[in-house]
Amino acid sequence: MTITLRVNGRDHTVEADPATPLLYVLRGDLQLNGAKFGCGLGQCGACTVLVDGKAVLSCILPAAAVRGREVTTVEGLGTAETPGPLQQAFEAEQAAQCGYCIAGMIVRAQALLSANSAPTDAEIRAHMQPNLCRCGTHMRILKAIRRAAGLQPQPSRPGA
Amino acid sequence: MVSARRMRTLAASALVLVLCGCAGGPALPSPPPQRFEQAAVDQGASLAKLGDCQTCHTAEGGRPYAGGRPIGTPFGAVYSTNLTPDRETGIGAYSRVAFERAMRRGLRRDGAHLYPAFPYDHFSYAADGDLDSLYAFLMTRQPVRAVTPPNRLIPPVGFRPIIAIWKALYFRPGRFTPTAGQSAAWNRGAYLVESLGHCGACHTPHNFLGAERRNRVLDGGAAEGWYAPPLNASSPAITAWTADGLYAYLRTGIDLDHAASAGPMSTVSHELARAPEADVRAMSVYLASFMAAAPAAAGPPPSDRAQLASRAHPQGALLYAGACAQCHDAGAPMMLEGRPPLQLGTPLHEDSPRDTIQIILQGLEPPVRPAGPFMPGFADSLTDGQVAEIAGYLRSRFSDKPAWRALPAAVAKARREGAS
Repeated sequence: MTITLRVNGRDHTVEADPATPLLYVLRGDLQLNGAKFGCGLGQCGACTVLVDGKAVLSCILPAAAVRGREVTTVEGLGTAETPGPLQQAFEAEQAAQCGYCIAGMIVRAQALLSANSAPTDAEIRAHMQPNLCRCGTHMRILKAIRRAAGLQPQPSRPGA
Repeated sequence: MVSARRMRTLAASALVLVLCGCAGGPALPSPPPQRFEQAAVDQGASLAKLGDCQTCHTAEGGRPYAGGRPIGTPFGAVYSTNLTPDRETGIGAYSRVAFERAMRRGLRRDGAHLYPAFPYDHFSYAADGDLDSLYAFLMTRQPVRAVTPPNRLIPPVGFRPIIAIWKALYFRPGRFTPTAGQSAAWNRGAYLVESLGHCGACHTPHNFLGAERRNRVLDGGAAEGWYAPPLNASSPAITAWTADGLYAYLRTGIDLDHAASAGPMSTVSHELARAPEADVRAMSVYLASFMAAAPAAAGPPPSDRAQLASRAHPQGALLYAGACAQCHDAGAPMMLEGRPPLQLGTPLHEDSPRDTIQIILQGLEPPVRPAGPFMPGFADSLTDGQVAEIAGYLRSRFSDKPAWRALPAAVAKARREGAS
């Protein structure tokens, strides 16, 4: 079946089973490899993309379900040459270790900052809660989000 | 039509209101410094878990028991009060007598009426010794200065003295009486369910003035946009509840033959997981005595009608395949972790689609951390129409009950009610 998707501001037409997860279409058909396949079960957040500005899990979202809606992947937030504010902040704070979760983290953080330009620490933590990082760079990820929002860096609290 | 008896009650309550000048009772003096036995404090801690006091009396991100959480009612929001022993903003100035009067009669220390969002219609049945223990527990918490925000209620409900009329009409304080011929566990369970556990606050239907309908005890109610299914012989579960199944559900937040505890119920499981085992077992024994013989579970489970459902709801079938099957199909990795099969899921067999819709929209958090079922919510992924399609598909595939009607509107309503 032919599906037309609007991704990062451009229309794309792909041939796919309408139940195919959006993630597979993004990576397999559109070569947008930022979003990652982590668990395939909506448990980890590595596949997070934006649909109409909201963070969603693309591994459990059928491609046909987003027809007529605006999809944004991490590639849509900036390029290697001209990274966006969150991408710059993640680099500056060296927030990636293995990096597998980072595209999802950046995209989920973007959904927060678009809706709330000056979130509290508690709001950042609550919002980022669905996305997992197995390396343990959470404190740097939080710092990067605060940096991108132009908020004062807060000292890390042990065990926090 | 208003019955003569109702008219007499109304007239009597109007008279009571005038005579009392709308005040509930006299102000009570604050207590001298007190000491509490550790055993009573510990016992009170257990009772507070059985009553799940903390959930309502803690604000989002706030200190435990310091209150300030808005409790939704059909008339607006009532803010829960500060139960820590701060003298100005909490219950630090409440004597044992004032505490008991609040629990049994719904009166503040200054004599004003308390809104029945605080379920004193249940707590009036608490045993004296249990009130002693609860008081000891609360008065030994760290005092937290936290002013309770003013309620946001529509007129005339916002006028506190009007509660006197509600009480005259519906409030019947009483004491728990054990039932002869039932086991000690059954009676203990009955006591906990009816008094401190206040299960009926959600699971009993309420009338238009927010009072529990006494002729339909535990017959299915509502909470925060969710349907609270019946805990009696009207249980819609298609596999019979047993005391062991209820115990697993209440204690771990999941029972493989029915469902995972979701929405407002997940906080109940969270607390009951830490309550005394024998008490949770007693509640299970009591509730199972009504639920085990529910007619809905009498026959074999309905067959899986996948093809029929696909023809009736092609969009729902497509969305199910791309959004749900990865976890919920037989043999999926999640199912091998030990999850209730969808066809047994009680929400799909309920008269109301609300629970199915809320689970799709909000997902599930593990009720008893750290391990347990986690389902991401689809509120931001799927439109109202798409959620309605999935709900319709699941109902026609797994339940032999009539199709749910007006689903897109029900999804829109569930979205509004669930967003708090």
